[in-house]
Formats: sequence, C-alpha cells, structure tokens
Amino acid sequence: MLSRIASLIVKELQGLLQDRQSRALLIVPVFLQLALFPFAATLEVKNNTLAVFNEDNGGESIELVQRLSRAQAFTQVLDLHSEVDLRRAIDNQEALIVLRFPSDFSRAVLAGRPAAIQAILDGRRSNSAQIVFGYVQQIVQDYNDERTTNRGGPQLSKLVVRYWFNPNLDYVRHIVPSLVAIITTISALIVTSLSVAREREQGTFDQLLVSPLTPGMIMVGKTIPAMLVAMGQATIILSAGVFVYRIPFQGSLLLLYGSMVFYILALAGFGLLISSLCATQQQAFLGVFSFVMPAILLSGFPSPVENMPVWLQYLDWLNPLRHFIVIVKSVFLKDLGAAALLRHLWPLLVIAVGTLGAANWMFRRRLG
Amino acid sequence: MSEALVHLDAVRKVFPRSKQPALEGLSAVLFRGRITGLIGPDGAGKTTLMRLMAGLLAPTSGRIQVDGLDPISDPAKLREFIGYMPQKFGLYEDLSVMENLELHADLRGVLGEERITTFKRLLEFTDLSRFTTRFAGKLSGGMKQKLGLACALLGHPRLLLLDEPGVGVDPISRRELWKMVHELVAQGLAVVWSTAYLEEAELCQEVLLMNDGKLIFSGQPQELTSRVHDRSWQIRGVTGSRRQLLARALRRPEVMDGVIQGHNVRLVLRPGSAPLNLGELDAGPRAGLVPVTPRFEDAFIEALGGGPGGDSALAQKLAPVPGNHDTVVEAVDLTKKFGNFAATDHVNFAVKRGEIFGLLGPNGAGKSTTFRMLCGLLTPTSGTARVMGFDLKTSASQARQQLGYMAQKFSQYSNLTVRQNLKFFSGAYGLRGERQRQAVEGMVEIFKLHPYLDTTPDTLSLGFKQRLALACAVMHEPSIVFLDEPTSGVDPVTRREFWTHINGVVEKGVTVVVTTHFMDEAEYCDRIALVFRGKIIAAGTPDQLQDQVATKEHPDPSMEDAFISLVEAETQESSS
Repeated sequence: MLSRIASLIVKELQGLLQDRQSRALLIVPVFLQLALFPFAATLEVKNNTLAVFNEDNGGESIELVQRLSRAQAFTQVLDLHSEVDLRRAIDNQEALIVLRFPSDFSRAVLAGRPAAIQAILDGRRSNSAQIVFGYVQQIVQDYNDERTTNRGGPQLSKLVVRYWFNPNLDYVRHIVPSLVAIITTISALIVTSLSVAREREQGTFDQLLVSPLTPGMIMVGKTIPAMLVAMGQATIILSAGVFVYRIPFQGSLLLLYGSMVFYILALAGFGLLISSLCATQQQAFLGVFSFVMPAILLSGFPSPVENMPVWLQYLDWLNPLRHFIVIVKSVFLKDLGAAALLRHLWPLLVIAVGTLGAANWMFRRRLG
Repeated sequence: MSEALVHLDAVRKVFPRSKQPALEGLSAVLFRGRITGLIGPDGAGKTTLMRLMAGLLAPTSGRIQVDGLDPISDPAKLREFIGYMPQKFGLYEDLSVMENLELHADLRGVLGEERITTFKRLLEFTDLSRFTTRFAGKLSGGMKQKLGLACALLGHPRLLLLDEPGVGVDPISRRELWKMVHELVAQGLAVVWSTAYLEEAELCQEVLLMNDGKLIFSGQPQELTSRVHDRSWQIRGVTGSRRQLLARALRRPEVMDGVIQGHNVRLVLRPGSAPLNLGELDAGPRAGLVPVTPRFEDAFIEALGGGPGGDSALAQKLAPVPGNHDTVVEAVDLTKKFGNFAATDHVNFAVKRGEIFGLLGPNGAGKSTTFRMLCGLLTPTSGTARVMGFDLKTSASQARQQLGYMAQKFSQYSNLTVRQNLKFFSGAYGLRGERQRQAVEGMVEIFKLHPYLDTTPDTLSLGFKQRLALACAVMHEPSIVFLDEPTSGVDPVTRREFWTHINGVVEKGVTVVVTTHFMDEAEYCDRIALVFRGKIIAAGTPDQLQDQVATKEHPDPSMEDAFISLVEAETQESSS
C-alpha cells in the first residue's frame, strides 16, 4: 500500500515541478510577495501631504507646523490661503489632513488661554485618516506638555509607552510572519483542489478510481505533495525574514514546522472538500478564491479578530488561518512554549479531522 | 463538364511550436457539382485544410484560390458563398433549433421575405420542422448535424465545407445526410466532406486521401480501389473459430490484410503473390476461396503499407489466466437516469470468462453509461452491476486489481512524460522494483513507444495515445479488460493492430468487454449486445444477429445492415 501511495506522490510532484512554467508559478509569487508586501502592505501612514490653512501666522503656529512637518507621516506641507483652497485640497485628495489655525492662535497660547486648532480629515480614507490624526494628536500633545513645563507649570502624569516583541513597531515584523501563513494557505489550497479538478477534467480521476487505489490513498497522495510544496515556500519566507529582513527568530523551529503540519492538513481538508464539489478547474479556482478571501480578511492579519461581532468571532473559529497566524507570530516573535501553543493547535486538529473526513465521504458519495 | 472551383497549389501549413507540418505540399483541384471526400485518419490534416479553404487560417506557404479569390485577402467576399460546418461548436446548444437558424441568418444577412422562404425550404429539406422549439443540445447526433447543415446552407453557398459530418451519427441518419448532400450537389454546389470512415469514400465522386499531412492519392475512389483488383478474396464456409483462422492467415507472408466479414474471412493478398493454399490454413472441410470486389479500405491499407500481421506481442507476454467459464461480468436490470432521460434502460447481460463481449451502438446510445456503471464509476439508479461477483463501486481494492480500464476519452497524464505515465500506472497497481521495470519495458517494446518515452502524451498522434492508454490498462496483467471505444478516430491500420491484441489476450483467457460504434468491429466479438437509445435491442453472437435479419434477397447481411433493420423494427414497435 505504501508503494502505491509513493507512486501517487512521485507522480504529483513530477506534475508540479518538472514543467518550468508550473515551477515558476510556485516560486515566483513567493519572491514577489516577499519583496513587495513588507514595503507596500503596511498600515503605517508615510509620505502624505499635510495642508495648513494658517490664519494666524504667529510664532507658535509656525513652530507647531514645523514640528508636524518633521514627522515621517508628512513629506510635504501644503500652504493654503483660503477656505476655497481648503475645500479643494480635500476634495482632490491633495492632502489627507488640513489643519486650520485661527487668527488668534499664537495670541491665545502666549496668554495661556486654551487655543483651538481645527483638523479636517478625508473620511474616504478612514483608516489612514485616523492613524494620521493619532500622529498629529501626539505631536500637539508633546508640544503642549513642553509649553506647560517651560512655563513652570506642574509636571503632568505622563504615559510612557513600550512595545514588547516589536520595540520600534516595525511593520515588517508583523508582515513577514503573517506571510508565512498566508502564502502556505494559498498554495496548499490550490495544489490540492486544482489538481483533483484537473484530474476530473482530463479523465484521469476515473483511471484512479478504477485502480486499486482507495479514495483515502488518493487523498493522502494529494495532501503530502501539497505539504511539501507549502513547507518549501514557508522555508523560503522564514529564511528571508531572518536573513534579509533581520527579524530575530525567537522560538523553536520544531514547534513551528510541527504545527505547520497540522495547519496544512486542515487546509488540504478544505482544498479536497472544495474539489470534491467541483467538476472543473475553473469551479475549483473560484471555490478556493471564495474561501481564501474571507479566510485572510478574518484571520486577524489585517484587523484584530476582537473587532468582529461576537457571533462572527465564533464562526471564525473554523478559519484555520486565524489559529495559525497566531502560532507563527508567537513562535517567531516571542518564543511561545509548547503548552501555550496547544491552545491554538487543537482547533487546527479538529478542523483537519472534520474537513478531511467530509472530503473522504464526499469522494465516496459523489461517484454517483 | 464540371468547372473547377477551388485550386490548391503546394499548400503547406506548419503550426507554431510543432515540428511536423500539418500539411505538406498539397496540390489539388475541387470541382462544382461534385462531392470531394477528404479521407484520412485523425490528425491527417483534414480539418486544417478545411479551415484554410474557409479563410480561417493562413497557409505557411503555397496558394489557395476559391472561385478566383484568395481566402485571406478577400475574406468578406469569400464568406458570401462558403458554407462551413465545423466538427463541433457550430451550434449553440442552449438555443432552440429556430433560434440557431435565426442567429446564423442574422450573421449571414438573410432577412425579410427571403428568410421566411429559406427557413421553410431548409426545415423541409432537413425534416426538422417538427422540432423548431427544441434546444439544439437536446437533439440526437443526426439531427444536430442536419441542423448544422441547414445553418451552413443559409444564403446560397457555392462551396459547402462539411467537417466530419458523419461522426456521432447513427447509420440511418448518416444515410439520410448523404442523400441530402447528393441533392445539393445535383444543384451545382461543390461539397467537401471530410471523414475518417473509409466506406464513405466510396460514396464520393472524388477523394483526397490524406495521411500525416500528405496527400497520398487524389482522384476517383474507384481508381484507387482498382489497384487491389483481383487480390481480394473471401474464405467461405469456415468451420471453427474465424478469429483464429484470421490470425493464422495474417501470419502468412502473402496476406497483406484481412478482416472478418459475417460468416466469412476476407483477405487481401500482396501484389504478385501465389494464390492461397486453404488446406494449410486449416479452414475446415467445407471452406472455399471466392474472389470478391475490392473495397476502398483495402487500397487504403495498402497505401499506408499493409496491415499489422496476426501475432500480438502483448498476448505473448501475458501469462494464461486460469479458471473456468464462469460468468465474470453481469448486469441485472441496470438502469441509469439523468433527470427523466434514461441513458441506460433495464439492461441485462452476462459475460463469461475468456469472451470478447461487445456493446455496439451509435454515439450517445448509452454504451459508455453502462460501461461506467460496470466499472464502478457511476452509481446505477436501479439494478446491479457486478464484476467477479463484486460491486466495484464499493468493493475492495483486490477486485479492482484484476481490472484493466481504458476510457473513451484519452485519460493519461498530459503533464507527465510517457515514461512517467507508465511508471505511475504500474506503481498504482502495486508493481515495484524489478517487476515494475520489466512491465514498463515490456509495454514500451510491444507498443513501440521508445521514441516517445520522454515526450508528453499530448504531442502523440491519436494512434499512439491509444497505444499508451492500452499499455497503461494492461500493464498489471488484469484478468478482465474494459475498453471504451478503443479504436474511435484511429486509422484503420492501428485499428487492426488493436484487434490483433484484443484477440491475442482473449486466447490467453482474459475477458474483454468492449464498446464500439464501428459496426464491422462487432465481427470480432464472441457475443454482442446492440444498444440503441439506452436499451439492448438485440443480443447474441454476430452470426445470430445477422441471421435474424437475413432474407432471401439479402442472404449475407453486414453488421450495419443487421443494425439498421433491428433499429427500424424497434422504432416501428415503439411507435405502434
């Protein structure tokens, strides 16, 4: 029996790897995403334009504008001279934020009276706007504190912030470990589901079914190649993270690869389940897509799982990526121990058993 | 008398990324008022030539002129008088008959009063008036071709290009199609009819015989046939197995080709050879040698270099299968319904060990559905299918280990090389190490796959694809082999080779269940079941079926004659 499964695996790998095109399809996207995502897919807001409508032009407002313009978020400061300009700057997306200093701003500050600044943000880019607003608030706050201290005012209690595991809040440390999870997700799903659909399309699946191979053996023969391919890709990303992006790997490789096995089993289950429902590669591809998109969006990668409504959080428990992304990041960045890992590992095991079982049942049933 | 319409001058077509030219130096003239047959096996270049004439492809070199026009530089004018019926995709399956006609009429600019009269004339001509609201996808193969023909005939074409109109059409509809085309030719049209069926060649006034992109012969079919004049013989009054007699005959050096024909064995001798000595062939005491009229196929086989001989290298390699003459394959009230359409309708038969059992019928009759249920690939709606007493759908692997299966559609891995395919399939059947190596090598030798070992199957010709498929199906030495249309689309020489193998393995005790739509292939089977519209309308030995329809005027009907009479009887019965 083992030799039969071995021939299946060899055949599958030959099909995947010997053709230059399909080899390129497995490797090129990995490098491409690895090169692009850490720079492009970041939630930090950089290189934006700050527009200022300064009706005051006193020393205090100029001081504040200069401080703001030094922030990484703004590479350009746009001077506005009228309300019409202001409206146009936002409408045409020339600036993400406009600060308007009233004509008595400097006077009020010097007199120790509360002074107001109006901030107008582009709500169409709500995320960036909020983040930029945070930066601006921070800078204004610092400026305020300084002024109070300089004037000999009372030292106010101050929040001192330290970010553990990622002291500089470097976004690459969030992206690269997540990429390990995301790229393995996509390739494991595509390799399993599309290869079955391809066999169906070409009629080779019938050849397998009339042979002594059982549906179980065929599934193993599809899962192991997917696992090898996905792990190979994960290894590339991990090494790039450690050696190129210089992210310190804190945890145990054994734990990471061990849990990856469970994760890919869960994915293969989904992939095979999708392919058991599909007759053509096109359908399988659409099926994979409609699984992958929500899986990534709800994984906690782009936004925290806790932000979701509670019922969705429960439903999201079925999303293997949600569990695995926690595992990769924890092992990578903070050396999560085996015991703590177990909390995220057992859901993967449950999902794998469930989906693989369902796929097996479907394969037996759908012959009719 | 008739004037030339199409001139082909040294036409050559090479497709990008293919080493072999699809057409090589082809020159010919096609005339008005004649049916020109484009005859040749699959992959000979028939469709390419059609598409060149229709202006859908540009030749790599050479010149084509259709009524004085160059199809590439004058496509718009050309389209006004060419009717082209492609092999498939000519019809929109989810539109009704009328909607298809209307669509094509819009495309061809047949409008107003002219449209109404044309539709009336064409619907009458094709006898489709009763089916105008039916979806094209729900029509039978024959009716689809008639509708395709009607669409191609819209707007008075002078040149009608028909690409394999006979494929997927039962013999009765095929005869009707021919009758219609003869009427058109009488009106002065030039018709090009491409086909892989050699018997259709004899119905053409002119033939272009093609093989591997080259023109082997052009002229009247009788001219080619006359080359084998005086060399065609029938052995009549045979006692004993005709299959074995044929194998013995084919081993003789003077025999170029041979087939079984009803009760008789038909042989074609090599030119200049001495007459056959029947005594040496052991044909039985009452056997006699009678000269018969040569057929186009005889000449074709000779043009391709002769038949394959009588010995099967495959059979020589196989160990004899032990066992008695038990029933090994059985269908009991087997039924499969798709919606309210019964693809297989209460089918019963039993196959004994060491038999060749043939399911015979036109495309779409339900042969493959029955077949797939036997192999466990499809669940019957009711009834049972058993192989060696097992239901293969649920049975253990051991039962399936005994089985070889060759699907109708080529189903080897196109992303693996030929060698990897052989390795994989032998491995899947549990062959390992030295045994696996020997099995693979044996198949390579028997099917002459050596030059192709490191290429992928999609670059192979259809004949070699089928050889590879058969190799993969028998490598593990199964005791039962299921072959679904193994010879469909294959050239006649390869077809003979296949039957030599099938005959050979059966002599070793292997059971063969085979489907075919070639009526003449039924003669090779021990027993056949005629399948028509999902039902078995007759079953028995080929002799029994032929005797069933033999009449005084027609004492020795062919299998096709038998099929037609049995179908006619069946349809009369069901309509009355």
